[in-house]
Amino acid sequence: MATRVLIPNGAIGLGFDEAALWRGVAMRPDIICVDGGSTDSGPHYLGTGTSKYSRASTRAEWRVLMQARAHAGVPLVVGSAGTCGTDATVDWMHDITRELARELGQDLKVARLYSEQDGASLARALDAGRVTPLWPELPISAGVLGECTHIVALAGAEAIQAALETGADIVIAGRATDTASIAALPLMRGEDAGAAWHGAKIGECGALCTSNPTSGVIVIDFDDTGFTVRPMAEGARATPDLVAAHMLYENADPDILHEPGGHLDVRGAIYEQADETGVRVTGSRWVGSGDYTVKLEGARAAGHQACSLVLLRERRYVEQARAWCDRLATHLESEIRARMGLEPDAYAMELRRIGQDATLGPLERAASAPCEVGVLAIFTASDQATALGLAKLANPFLLHDPLSDDEPQATFAFPFSPVEWDRGPLHDFCLNHVLHVTDPMKQFRLEVTNV
Amino acid sequence: MSEPRIGDVARKVRSKNAGPFVLTIDVFCADAGRFRAVCDALRTERIAALFGQAPELVRRFELDRLNVLKFSMPRPVVQGSRADRDMHASGWGWLVAELPLREGR
Repeated sequence: MATRVLIPNGAIGLGFDEAALWRGVAMRPDIICVDGGSTDSGPHYLGTGTSKYSRASTRAEWRVLMQARAHAGVPLVVGSAGTCGTDATVDWMHDITRELARELGQDLKVARLYSEQDGASLARALDAGRVTPLWPELPISAGVLGECTHIVALAGAEAIQAALETGADIVIAGRATDTASIAALPLMRGEDAGAAWHGAKIGECGALCTSNPTSGVIVIDFDDTGFTVRPMAEGARATPDLVAAHMLYENADPDILHEPGGHLDVRGAIYEQADETGVRVTGSRWVGSGDYTVKLEGARAAGHQACSLVLLRERRYVEQARAWCDRLATHLESEIRARMGLEPDAYAMELRRIGQDATLGPLERAASAPCEVGVLAIFTASDQATALGLAKLANPFLLHDPLSDDEPQATFAFPFSPVEWDRGPLHDFCLNHVLHVTDPMKQFRLEVTNV
Repeated sequence: MSEPRIGDVARKVRSKNAGPFVLTIDVFCADAGRFRAVCDALRTERIAALFGQAPELVRRFELDRLNVLKFSMPRPVVQGSRADRDMHASGWGWLVAELPLREGR
């Protein structure tokens, strides 16, 4: 038996080619799967339990996918809902679903899979030796676990299968591995496990493995010896090299992909052009492990920030921007001590020169001679009021500080009034660990409702 | 004529996060000849020095089937931490692309 999976794009909110989606629906898929999240946009989303993509974008795309689901009469799954896959973003997605079901006149069974973890019980698991580090190793303690504002475990294919087995029309999953929702049904129906995981990895970014990455939509056929991937956009094609190269993407090891319960090994994979647009892949291998682990992600608060931006346009200042920043930093340090009573270890101040080395910092090797330099001043303190206070204190110095004492007053360009803005709380990713479990569903909770 | 750089020889150099703690850099070459030249030029120690990493922390993959040289290493700063400047790790690849093909130039 073959299993056909329709994948609209790499993440809901990114957009997709709607004509291509309906072409995919016409191919009678067995399931529609879309990813909803990633750590790739930083720790803020997990730290706060919010979505990166706007509600309007998410709702607009989900509306089309719900219509496609109704038309195809098959389950629709979103994994890692709302970027970070916390309980709050699963419920956010559920709210959107309920609203749209009413609007579209659909009666639906919706399964929610929750992935959020409790720090205290993880601390007990840590004590019992059931939490182990991944590479590169980060320090961990009950204290670190307690500081996390949110911790999620990445659900594997078994947890998605449990949600599908409820007979749900729609599955809204919290944090899951990028591949779990795509691999779940092919594995359930006994397709080749190596093919299921390899195809899921190739498909998790939608059409990124094809000649038209932004079109989004692909269809993957899984069977008992391999898989075939095809883009749905007009004129788009997959080629063996594009598909093989996708194993490199956002993956530390190009041959091995670790998943709960084992790993995928693609060293023996053979990629062939199946027809005009599709690529056939065989020979990938799934290596099961007796030890079932789920990866943990956690974020904790790391202070509060406020920023300012000043633009240097005068040639002399542009040429000596680094010296100007160094002099300004020394100046500010003593003013902060004198006026706020704060020693340098009580806050952090950074002046990043946009146009010179703001992207790479001390690793930058290129000499640049721009016509202007933006100086982004970033202040971090333990609370928001202090961070903003630091930025406000810096204001007159950013505006007027000269390169030397014996020269006429300089004035630089502020783009806004006020020039300072609150950036709010800063968060840190602080877990790079797995939890060893006996039951793949143990860390996850299912809730089924009719909407 | 100025010295050729890695980016002149390679078809594309791409850097990206592989999770919040790992940086991965892919150097795509158009053919086996250019791939060999890039592999010879980018010794693991040279890459480690470029990013201020210990060489034993830099993992190297030579994928001759695809003519791609790949490096993975701990991210120079953890993604999104206070010192991070590039949330998606998009900029580090340019350091590799702008290296002269011949060392010491």
